Amino acid sequence: MTSTDVIEIEGLVKTFGRVRALDGLDLQVHAGEAHGFLGPNGAGKSTTIRVLLGLLRPDAGNSRVLGGDPWRDATVLHRRLAYVPGDVALWPRLTGGEVIDLLGRLRGGLDVGRRRELVDRFALDESRRCRTYSKGNRQKVALVAALAADVELLLLDEPTSGLDPLMEAQFRACMQEFRSRGGTVLLSSHVLAEVEHLCDRVTIIRDGRTVESGSIVDLQHLARTSVSVLLDHPAVSFLDLPEVHNLVITGGHLRFDVDTGRLGPVIGQLVPLGIRSLECRPPTLEELFLRHYARGPEGAP
Amino acid sequence: MTGAGMLFWVQLRRDLGQILLWSLGIAVLYWSQAVSVESLYGTPQEFEEAAASMEGNAAFVAMTGPARALDTVGGQVTWQSAALGSVLVALMVMVLTGRNTRGAEESGRDELVRASPVGRYSVVTASVLEAMTASVVVGTAVAASLIAYPLAVADSLALGLGLALVGWCFTAVTLVAAQLTAGVRATYGLVGALLAAAYLLRAVGDTTGSWVSWASPIGWYQAMHAFSGVRWWPLVAPAAATAGGLVGAYVLLRHRDHGAGLLADRPGPSRAGRCLSGGGGLAWRLHRGSVAGWAGSLFAAGLAYGSIGDDVEDLLGDSEMGRTLLAGEGVDLVAAFQATSLLMLALIASGFTVSAALRMKSEEIGHRVDPLVAASLSRGRWWAGHALVNLAGSAVVLGAAGIGFGLGYGTTTGHWGRLAVLVPAQLAYLAPAMVLAAWSWVLYGLGTRWAVLAWTGPAVAVGVGYFGDLLDLPTWLQALSPYEHLAQVPSESFAWLPLLGTSVLALLLAVGGLWAFNARDLD
Repeated sequence: MTSTDVIEIEGLVKTFGRVRALDGLDLQVHAGEAHGFLGPNGAGKSTTIRVLLGLLRPDAGNSRVLGGDPWRDATVLHRRLAYVPGDVALWPRLTGGEVIDLLGRLRGGLDVGRRRELVDRFALDESRRCRTYSKGNRQKVALVAALAADVELLLLDEPTSGLDPLMEAQFRACMQEFRSRGGTVLLSSHVLAEVEHLCDRVTIIRDGRTVESGSIVDLQHLARTSVSVLLDHPAVSFLDLPEVHNLVITGGHLRFDVDTGRLGPVIGQLVPLGIRSLECRPPTLEELFLRHYARGPEGAP
Repeated sequence: MTGAGMLFWVQLRRDLGQILLWSLGIAVLYWSQAVSVESLYGTPQEFEEAAASMEGNAAFVAMTGPARALDTVGGQVTWQSAALGSVLVALMVMVLTGRNTRGAEESGRDELVRASPVGRYSVVTASVLEAMTASVVVGTAVAASLIAYPLAVADSLALGLGLALVGWCFTAVTLVAAQLTAGVRATYGLVGALLAAAYLLRAVGDTTGSWVSWASPIGWYQAMHAFSGVRWWPLVAPAAATAGGLVGAYVLLRHRDHGAGLLADRPGPSRAGRCLSGGGGLAWRLHRGSVAGWAGSLFAAGLAYGSIGDDVEDLLGDSEMGRTLLAGEGVDLVAAFQATSLLMLALIASGFTVSAALRMKSEEIGHRVDPLVAASLSRGRWWAGHALVNLAGSAVVLGAAGIGFGLGYGTTTGHWGRLAVLVPAQLAYLAPAMVLAAWSWVLYGLGTRWAVLAWTGPAVAVGVGYFGDLLDLPTWLQALSPYEHLAQVPSESFAWLPLLGTSVLALLLAVGGLWAFNARDLD
């Protein structure tokens, strides 16, 4: 844990009756980074964010946001952060524009120019009652309210659910602008392409515990690379190597997965056999992910 | 209508517990009158004297109904239970029908059902059948309990059947309201206003002996004259009203889109006005419609009660014995009637206070607090915004009732000066109203699932206010109602101490509620 961490969580525990929603969760988000927060449904992502917002009081563990205690210093901290939930609930009789202004005024005013720009970019009709908005439109209201605020940290809980691809592209552009101003983002999302595109580091949680945390490049390094190779000579001795998995041989054509850190030595073994063509594909975030999702509850492969 | 039968059974099974609870409660209401009346009066002579005094008391008549055969157990049961029983059965069908039709539509539940192979009218038909069945269950429970008591079979059946038809009427009323309004909250508001109007029309008709009672479903029920020469033909009125209302609702349903009310949502301002700022500004915006509705209704109610004027004296006529029994020698009967009326109006207004207090719960479980808290509004300020608007709104509603009462009395009698007594007397009930609000906040502070118990407050207050004197309830029980401690102006002179004590109690409970709320997780 360093002093530049914007979010620091250690051993966080939160129970609801008999259900242990968070079970010793760890999470570090450095200043200025975009951090992907991943996990299957019910893993505890939203609960963590609600603890960070001071809506829930943790049962055990340490949590700091922007250097303060999220429960005790909630109001002060919230002037420096903004939140977009995945399922935005709004007041049915207020218009979208009224909601944006109301939330802005609670923070002590918002940038009128940026507000107008965002409304245009997200093509939001502000004069409609929230009752009549579709899910995507409600999402836009929350996004405009959050992005128009002058904050250091964005807590985003599946912020693009319900947005069309055009609006998703706008969202990505806005994220990049926010980060170029030095902002920090915690992004919980199931759109893995979005996380891969926007985030430097990710934390994967499961059953209320952190199972993996690090930069995407590092995680890829820990996982296996898929290799497809066409050889001049059939490979027999190759079968014994412990770092090679899922090997399929069709004549001179080999397909296998290899632990990424051992890629060099394995390819070296193939060179004497005469490589005619070689294709290596690093694991996508999706594959990293499915590996963790598919594990048993105790983390066994 | 495809699938209506299946939907009916699914809904009935889900709501069965609730329906049985309502039935039990309402049957006990009727049955306990019979028991208490008989235990209250030792000798026939006592009974007759008490009956004579009740007959002449306009406040009692306005509260309950036309005084008929009050010297019989059956007559007492009918008189004391019919109006309140009607209100309860109407509330039951309002909740059942409203939730299963407009409520399901608003929440999106209905969309899933309608996407499956069921007909356009199936959900509505199933809900109507359920509410009508529930009304019959309530009526049966009432009739059976009275027959078992034992009272005359035919008259007991009349009380049960009439009550069931009041339920049918309000089922139709709710269904029409559910077509007109776009949200279940507005549906309840509209039905509640119509129910209050029905209660009021019969009160005015009964105290003045005019035809006005015939404009009310509760009046039709009481016109059956159970236990005083029962007659069945008044049942035609609720039956016809039910049929007419249902046909109207189905026609409206055919002409509107799913999810929409009849009035389309118009676009609103694209920027927030100056008032929509902070916790208080938002709370005012959320409550103002309800404040206006309740204030308007209670103004009308006050006007109606006030316009009875000095006629109270006439009701007593020559019954010198009744006069003495009621209030003792030389007591101002008009003042006694007015004091009781102000209390009744205050009890009705407690419905606003508690429903406004529960608004915090629905905001929280609708997850509409999170964005505010995340935007740096502290929980305490959010809470305080709602609490202050509740206080101010309750004051407005009570003020409207008092002004209405004073204006009604003034126009009828020309005694305009009475306004200066009646309005402050009505406003004094703000203190007990806030006790009920604060009781709601305590429960809400403990957790959203306890909040619904807040209705125990008005239930106790109405129960004591309504039956306290009639049934001579024990003092400790009456003392549970915060409304019982104030001086009954204008028949008693004003006293500071009880008002202060009640206010302090409200304040202590409110502080406890806020403390508990601040200490717990948000849902």
